[in-house]
Amino acid sequence: MQLDSPNLSYIKELADGDTEFEASLITILKKELPKEKEAFIESVRLKNYQNSAEHVHKIKHKISILGLEKSYDFAIAFEEELKNDDPKQYETFLSILQNMEEFLKTI
Amino acid sequence: MKCIIVDDEAAARAITKQLCKKIEELTIAEEFDNAIDAIKYLNGNTVDLIFLDIHMPTFSGFDFIQTLKNPPLVILTTSDKNFALDAFEYDCVVDYLVKPITPERFAKAVARIKERGVVTKTEEPVPTSLEEASTVGNDLYVNIDRRLVKINVPDICVIEAKGDYIKIKAEDKNYVVHSTLKKIEEKLPNHLFLKVHRSYIINTTKIVDIEDNSVLIKQDVIPVSRANRKELMQRLNLL
Repeated sequence: MQLDSPNLSYIKELADGDTEFEASLITILKKELPKEKEAFIESVRLKNYQNSAEHVHKIKHKISILGLEKSYDFAIAFEEELKNDDPKQYETFLSILQNMEEFLKTI
Repeated sequence: MKCIIVDDEAAARAITKQLCKKIEELTIAEEFDNAIDAIKYLNGNTVDLIFLDIHMPTFSGFDFIQTLKNPPLVILTTSDKNFALDAFEYDCVVDYLVKPITPERFAKAVARIKERGVVTKTEEPVPTSLEEASTVGNDLYVNIDRRLVKINVPDICVIEAKGDYIKIKAEDKNYVVHSTLKKIEEKLPNHLFLKVHRSYIINTTKIVDIEDNSVLIKQDVIPVSRANRKELMQRLNLL
């Protein structure tokens, strides 16, 4: 899957010029995402795919915050697959997380 | 309108707060990353509106609503479109917002509250009480809002300790009870139930499978402490 590019459109729409909010939300994303990624990886390592689906569910909100529409659709499908104990798309989902983390490092 | 936010995700809480800032009538009194703390808050405080995430670990937004005797108005926030029908089974639910929430959609939800008129209710959480609980045959009666509500004991799958509360997960419904595992353990038949961890009692007939230090019951993975594993294994009809 070709990854789409993260952007700040949604955050800026919410902020409506409130730079303090913008910075604060980005800080939260930078802090929460790595923790959620680790928890997701650990749940897959333990083959607890129901739990993995829970993590994907939470992460997908962050995917949408960063304007990743294609990745968001992918995450919806992957969450359902995990509920059926199917982790085949694990690597692709990891690449989405990587894409988000790299973007967050640049802002 | 005095509001609280209940959502386990910090980013979601920050966004809801920001959206509220733009609407003069809304004042955020508190925010909580879990439902139990929100229930404790509501024990001593009244609010007009709750922004409530449905999908939270161990204690969902729906579980939360069910613990409130006279729930204030609720706007549900979720990343899942699939719960919309369930959501509107609750009279208190005004709207159902799918994340990411846009300012326009948020404003529309708040407008729906205004359509209902200004709200000032006295909220009283309903944590159920086991103080007057009793067992009759297969039934366990718990005191909920001055009514004794019957729970069919064999239907109980798992009981989990949650601070000052216990969560009873039965086949079709969950109950949040202001009590301890020790108290309920005394009310349950020993041949069906076993404490497998300091925070969990399970119905051993509901086990789906067992892995090293955990059991699977329905979709819940329940930890089994080393000290309790031996008794659990003795209960099983092993081939």
